[in-house]
Amino acid sequence: MEVQNLDLTLKVWRQKGPKEQGHFETYSLKGISPNSSFLEMMDVLNEQLINEGKEPVAFDHDCREGICGMCSMYINGEAHGPDDHVTTCQLHMRKFKNGDTITVEPWRSAGFPVIKDLIVDRSAYDKIMQAGGFVSVNTGGVPDGNAIPIPKPDADEAMDAASCIGCGACVATCKNGSAMLFVSAKVSQLALLPQGKVEAARRAKAMVAKMDELGFGNCTNTGACEAQCPKGVSITNIARLNREFLCAKFQD
Amino acid sequence: MATLDSKIPEGHLFEKWSNYKAHQKLVNPANKRKLDVIVVGSGLAGASAAASLGELGFNVKCFCYQDSPRRAHSIAAQGGINAAKNYQNDGDSVYRLFYDTIKGGDYRAREANVYRLAEVSNNIIDQCVAQGVPFARDYGGLLANRSFGGAQVSRTFYAKGQTGQQLLLGAYSALSRQIGKGTVKMYTRTEMMDIVIVDGKCRGIVTRNLITGEIEAHFGHAVILATGGYGNVFFLSTNAMGSNGSAAWKAYKKGAYFANPCYVQIHPTCIPVHGEFQSKLTLMSESLRNDGRIWAPKKEEDAQAIREGKKKASDIPEEDRDFYLERRYPAFGNLVPRDVASRAAKERCDHGFGVENGGAVFLDFKYAIERLGKDVVEARYGNLFQMYEKITNDNPYETPMKIYPAIHYTMGGIWVDYELQTTIPGLFAAGEANFSDHGANRLGASALMQGLADGYFVIPYTVQNYLADELHTPRMDTNSGEFAKVKADVQAHIDELMNIKGTESVDSIHKRLGHIMWEHVGMGRTKEGLQEGIKQIQELRAEFWKNVRIPGNANELNVELEKANRVADFLELGELIARDALHREESCGGHFREEYQTEEGEALRQDDKFAYVGAWEYKGKDVEPELHKEELKFEFVELKQRNYK
Amino acid sequence: MSNPCLLSSSIGKKFLMSITGLFFVLFVAFHATMNAVHIFSPEDYNAICKFLGANWYALVGTGIIALGFIIHIVYATILTIQNRKARGTDRYDSEVRPASVEWASKNMFALGVIIILGLGLHLYMFWAKMQLAEIAGFVDEIAGPADGSAFIFYWFSKPWVVVAYTIWLTALWFHLTHGFWSAFQTMGWNNKTWMPRLKCLSDVLATIICLAFEAVVIAAFCMA
Repeated sequence: MEVQNLDLTLKVWRQKGPKEQGHFETYSLKGISPNSSFLEMMDVLNEQLINEGKEPVAFDHDCREGICGMCSMYINGEAHGPDDHVTTCQLHMRKFKNGDTITVEPWRSAGFPVIKDLIVDRSAYDKIMQAGGFVSVNTGGVPDGNAIPIPKPDADEAMDAASCIGCGACVATCKNGSAMLFVSAKVSQLALLPQGKVEAARRAKAMVAKMDELGFGNCTNTGACEAQCPKGVSITNIARLNREFLCAKFQD
Repeated sequence: MATLDSKIPEGHLFEKWSNYKAHQKLVNPANKRKLDVIVVGSGLAGASAAASLGELGFNVKCFCYQDSPRRAHSIAAQGGINAAKNYQNDGDSVYRLFYDTIKGGDYRAREANVYRLAEVSNNIIDQCVAQGVPFARDYGGLLANRSFGGAQVSRTFYAKGQTGQQLLLGAYSALSRQIGKGTVKMYTRTEMMDIVIVDGKCRGIVTRNLITGEIEAHFGHAVILATGGYGNVFFLSTNAMGSNGSAAWKAYKKGAYFANPCYVQIHPTCIPVHGEFQSKLTLMSESLRNDGRIWAPKKEEDAQAIREGKKKASDIPEEDRDFYLERRYPAFGNLVPRDVASRAAKERCDHGFGVENGGAVFLDFKYAIERLGKDVVEARYGNLFQMYEKITNDNPYETPMKIYPAIHYTMGGIWVDYELQTTIPGLFAAGEANFSDHGANRLGASALMQGLADGYFVIPYTVQNYLADELHTPRMDTNSGEFAKVKADVQAHIDELMNIKGTESVDSIHKRLGHIMWEHVGMGRTKEGLQEGIKQIQELRAEFWKNVRIPGNANELNVELEKANRVADFLELGELIARDALHREESCGGHFREEYQTEEGEALRQDDKFAYVGAWEYKGKDVEPELHKEELKFEFVELKQRNYK
Repeated sequence: MSNPCLLSSSIGKKFLMSITGLFFVLFVAFHATMNAVHIFSPEDYNAICKFLGANWYALVGTGIIALGFIIHIVYATILTIQNRKARGTDRYDSEVRPASVEWASKNMFALGVIIILGLGLHLYMFWAKMQLAEIAGFVDEIAGPADGSAFIFYWFSKPWVVVAYTIWLTALWFHLTHGFWSAFQTMGWNNKTWMPRLKCLSDVLATIICLAFEAVVIAAFCMA
């Protein structure tokens, strides 16, 4: 089956450094296979730029199979572009039409400052995790894996929450720049499991405090995060985070 | 020739690790914080080692090139992690896991290391559960298992199709806890450029800050490399784009031996290459072979018609389908080990029976759907089918998947002794970066097991044994002496690259290297092919140093420079792989020399000549490396030809 | 870890928004029920007005409502300012609203402003001339403080008032459809099963309340 290759116009955000003024550059690309991924299309663009003696577009990417959470582009007004439940690396060019103009922007949020071009700094997520996104156990000296049975529905729900890849699409797409979906996914996962329940109150308070301190916005339940989350993490996790946090606070 | 001392402890196989732990040296808690440990890499091995050492009280520095330690490529492992829990009461035991791993590795791994791996496998599961890893469970609330290739028991623990992710996030959470406590200092977007050796011992590393381009030196009483495998020598692989062999290669050039580089695993079920701009290959889990049937057209004209789009898979009648695995290996059928399945697919395609540009065969679920119903198939493989459809736009419920083998994992790596210490004192290697546990072929679900075993349960003991003698070594000034010299060398290396100012992009040269490797050092290797490969790699390397183009500056975020640094090393590493493959005149596991096969086309080992670990020593630029042999003694298992018929 | 008070946290502030918001849902539900009486019997409606009047319980109620309103507005303003700051200075060049995202949810503050403006008008038209007049002891030229019906007929005979109220009530409808379930979500009383139920309940409740108000307006306009 022969498919028509695409000729495209790309409007890409270029920014030299964190403190420099950014701007859009327009590039035209020819003969892109609809079977290639969005990042492979970006590779072709970069190859073209290098051959023209220009600097290639810097963008984050690594595993290119939708799990590491490194890729992060806002494509035509949507985090990870116009396909459901995929990351940018799994977005394929068949979602676009010949002659399309594609706008590519970095995540824009005060919590994720731009480092260069389409690369942003998401270290705030790590800081939130360091504040409490763990179970306080040291290596060794733990009970047998089957010592505490966990109801399958709880384990499954914890797994759904744990599927978060930390890409930052939720913050990027939220009109409030809120990190609640990310925080709630971790809080929910650990609150649902008996191993994590022990310090659930402490964890919820610590992670929310860190999230607020880092300047992320407040959740207003628009649900944009869930709609754009490549892993479909549900905002009912946010309800659970709210519950955990408020219960913890009322016990103080 | 220096002798390789593997430092295997005394005693019966079952007691070696216990004996070691009982007699090793320890560091008292007050002294631990006076000792600095550097961990390079934050995957399963690196994160778990850094976290565990931090918990013990050592002063740890951990480095990764990604923007967060949570991104390392361990995250992409789908299937599961093995452990000898015997929760299923199906006859599993530590010994059986040990035996399966030795046999699966085609009898080219060190017995003592593999037994220790099997021994600590159970602790890993307990540890991960305690961390909140949401393993799959049965309705009774207990842990569930699935089966994997190369084993007769169900010992694989899993978390949906994202086991690697969940285990890595568990290790990452332990690491995050230590970073929060201040015992571990994390350096993200920082790439290791070289190691620093002072008076014969590894004392630190030199790094490049990937955002500012700054070259920095870091001191450590010990350095642990947990930097993964080198599969990206082949350009197209299932590795992450940034996965590289540079840390291991730099260690090799500073005196660490590199063992068995030719043992490269080729995974049989990947989504085939679709075009010249393809950047990476995506794996489809081994578990698919439980219910999918692999076939190619029986008639060459059918294959050609499919390639030209004149026929579809469904147009081929039953009698014209060649289920070649079932035909050749009736006992194991579609569930033969990875190396066997890969070679069989290549054999079909080489003879003109491939589809999709000639580089693919079918993995068909029609029969499973007829037998089990669509619902059951969806419940088992739904997420994988969805992923396949996103990438290829084909619906695997209706039309068979197209698959082809791809580079997946490297069993070879830095040579380490029983303590995971390299030939450079104070330099350790863990996880895929070392060569130690998988022999010539790795079994499914064993990579996660090895990474975590090394990081959680081996390194914290063995590094401590080394550090006990380092109490009186003061922290060194990283602005002078050997540190300053290595920094200057690194700077000179970068300047040299930046000053080439040629015309070819790094990627285009990397792609050409990949073609050479796949063509001459790939699935089927011959003496002539390997010699030709070596020649071509040398030519390409010369071209790289004359003609590569790196735009931008070195003192800023420069992705092309990062890639150039890595490809420069791949261009040397590729040659060593070919050399090792050339010298190993036998076929075993992932290494298949076409001259050494049985009449039926199976791998033929030469145990009398090659039952050793081939460890290469660097002798200088453009000088042939020297081979050292560590004889493998099999006291507890009997060497046999693998038979899957 | 220091232990700051609930209201300094983002979730604490939103909790307060939810509590005050739900309180208003109760209030408007009651108000709508009372108003609806007017459609069937202006006399009975006046009896209710008279019963409430400027009695102590009505005054306490009014005070609580006013306080709740101020808290709701103040915190909405604080949160909105914080949110705009968190969004950063660079805006997206293009943005697409996913289908599952309610329009109202992204415009709660703007809807709130329309509601306040409408409220100002409403207080001037009714409350100032009824409860306030009774407290202050003056009688408006339109009618006495307890003759609510007279005010209704007076105002809703004017087409511009009908239009203004319709706009106001539409804004209220949007605000309620998001606000109601959102309050439960913020207080943690939500899960996968209840999410669709609460969202449905929000729509039903908002529609009943706003229709009841609007029906009084339309009925008065027609009768006058």
